[in-house]
Amino acid sequence: MSTTILGLPPAGIDPYRVGRMGGGRSEPPRRHETGPAPKRIVVGYGFWIFLLSDIVMFSTFFAAHAVLRGAFAGGPTGRDLFNIPNVAVETALLLASSFACGLAAVAMETRNMLWTQVMLLLTGLLGLGFLLIEVNEFATLVAHGAGPDRSGFLSSFFALVGCHGLHVTAGLLWLGTMMAQIFVKGFAPRVYRRMLCFNLFWHALDIIWVAIFTFVYLYGVAA
Amino acid sequence: MNDSAPDISGGGGDMTPGVSDVAQFSPRSAILGYALGLAFAIILTLVSFFIANTQLIWQPSIPVALAVLAIAQIGVHLVFFLHITTSPDNANNVLALAFGVLIVFLIVVGSVWIMGHMNDRMMPMDQIMQMQR
Repeated sequence: MSTTILGLPPAGIDPYRVGRMGGGRSEPPRRHETGPAPKRIVVGYGFWIFLLSDIVMFSTFFAAHAVLRGAFAGGPTGRDLFNIPNVAVETALLLASSFACGLAAVAMETRNMLWTQVMLLLTGLLGLGFLLIEVNEFATLVAHGAGPDRSGFLSSFFALVGCHGLHVTAGLLWLGTMMAQIFVKGFAPRVYRRMLCFNLFWHALDIIWVAIFTFVYLYGVAA
Repeated sequence: MNDSAPDISGGGGDMTPGVSDVAQFSPRSAILGYALGLAFAIILTLVSFFIANTQLIWQPSIPVALAVLAIAQIGVHLVFFLHITTSPDNANNVLALAFGVLIVFLIVVGSVWIMGHMNDRMMPMDQIMQMQR
């Protein structure tokens, strides 16, 4: 190969040409050196970075809750408030929803319109069930005078769990538009990439929920 | 190769999160992968909820056990649902994840550490009340 010590191409070849055979390579490209990655990869990676930044954002809420978990201000504790069977149902719904979303992705890989839509609908219904239980829980807490204004513990609880709930709400709206797009445009590459991102988003929300039911609810009643 | 052609069939060396190797996609093994992840997640969740309420094990060990179970389940989700693996094609994704985990660790542990010390050094509440009198 005719590159110099610094990996610079020989003179006369444009080193700034991006892409396949860019940089003056004359032999067939090897694996990992085949020019720009396909858009699917770039989009997925970019969305992965966004999800990680979202998780970092969530970690600040987790940190606040960890700091304030003993700040009851004479009010009710997690042991008094948390309904663990309820949380178990929420967990089951969200996990099933995540699984259904995975199956929708599989159906999309096989370009099966019916199963993609069925699985997306199932994903949405399970997610909606989760959200309704959570809203009901919040309403019950507020009705019993344990709203976010009661203590530092409850402020951080509502902020953290509410933030996750808002993400689920946004996810459901996104899910609705995805179903419409797939229905109207079919499995066009653009739609396929958006669906890929939605899948990542939905699974990431389940990961956040694992941390919430462990470090908020189960720690709240056990530790 | 025609660059304008939609390339959704893999092709490049890298992998994106959420997709297993599309080039050799088989619905059966993909569904099996999700089902396996679901089974692991269910088992870990059941164990978590069980030990949170049990008197069977030494009580001070419960928070540690819960944390370990949660981290294990997050790992299961990452591998089986988000398809983050240790294969060389996944290096970029894993590096980004490692950086994210580092930041999360710094934020959470740092906050708990610092605020714990500040709580310890704070004057007891009744003394503060007396000083304000």
